[in-house]
Amino acid sequence: MKFKDYYKIMGVPEDASQEDIKRAYRKLARRYHPDVSKEADAEERFKEVNEAYEVLKDPEKRAAYDKLRGGWQPGEEFTPPPDWDTGFEFSGGGFTGVDATQFSDFFETLFGAASPFGGQRGRRGAHGFSVRGADRHAQILIDPEDSYRGTTRVITLEIPEYDDHGRLVRRSHKLKVRIPRGITQGQHIRLAGQGAPGMGGGSRGDLYLEVRFRPHPVYRIDGRDVYINLPITPWESALGAQIKVPTLGGWVDMKIPPGTQTGTRLRLKGRGLPGQPPGDQYVVVQIVTPEARTEEARRLYKRMAQELGYNPRREWEKVA
Amino acid sequence: MSLTFKELSRQIGVEAEQILAMIDEGILEPATGSHMTTWRFSADSACRAATAVRLQQDLRINLAGAALALELLDEISSLRDRVQALEQLLFKDWEG
Repeated sequence: MKFKDYYKIMGVPEDASQEDIKRAYRKLARRYHPDVSKEADAEERFKEVNEAYEVLKDPEKRAAYDKLRGGWQPGEEFTPPPDWDTGFEFSGGGFTGVDATQFSDFFETLFGAASPFGGQRGRRGAHGFSVRGADRHAQILIDPEDSYRGTTRVITLEIPEYDDHGRLVRRSHKLKVRIPRGITQGQHIRLAGQGAPGMGGGSRGDLYLEVRFRPHPVYRIDGRDVYINLPITPWESALGAQIKVPTLGGWVDMKIPPGTQTGTRLRLKGRGLPGQPPGDQYVVVQIVTPEARTEEARRLYKRMAQELGYNPRREWEKVA
Repeated sequence: MSLTFKELSRQIGVEAEQILAMIDEGILEPATGSHMTTWRFSADSACRAATAVRLQQDLRINLAGAALALELLDEISSLRDRVQALEQLLFKDWEG
């Protein structure tokens, strides 16, 4: 068990007032809330901050913790002295609504249900008490084609679970998942009864899979719209062309008007992901110029320079 | 796979009135059905409602505040997706 420095976690000095601690807590809770934060360790930090606040906001727990704290470094191996909680009066204030089951062993040993601080807080799994299992969340990577057609995928999830002896084991879990047609990034697929097991006869929770698109060599997906780059030659750009373009539903003929420049966005209506309404496919033109590798090619480019007399930077003459 | 009103209420651990309040606030919308007994909610709705409940409990904000936070979070996530799609489109060839 590692020692935890609750003051350091909250970023407040040891003599911080209750008001300062409350303010620090609210700020950190907003910053690391797992539903809000994009930081990789947000969930871990959020739990830590809640645990620290649970102790520091309660004058009794804080006084007991302060007494214990001298001489320990954060992360150091920790065993509480046998008499550490004597000399305090416990009002049995107990806990205030937060889910203390998420807290560390360090917290559980000092302030958990088995400690004098535990008060009248009932222990889990008591007689006649049943709890539904927790819902689980995971991501599923799919290809744009999966969403376009709708399909069934078999996925393997590594799920940490407690075995019959209460040991934490990783169990791999194979699941057949139906990918609905037209599903978009960020949407959820629910698999009923595939979450954590319940307690005391409670039913299993559900599994929620959040859809993400695997990076695709050709298609970029934005909502239901599909984007692709269309490389064209300078002569196709200048003269116009008829070009076959890939879409999720197959190849389509596309007319490139004469004078089409790089960055021009052409729309293929309704060729994106299916839905009500379906998305569009956007084709973004990119002119690719062949290198002048041969004498013949160099002659051609020089002739263009002489005969076309074109200056693409005319706008700059106004500012310089 | 959709959820009934009762399933949703049990799933996110709140009373019926709170779900009705979330519908009033525009956080939740039944995907189908015209009455409580026939309503069905999508998996996305269930996740959204669960997030609204967590935000309220953890950050001490009211339902309207949670609704605002959810809308802003949605907007941020769709902007992120869009930026990512456009960046890949623009810079793909230059990154080699």
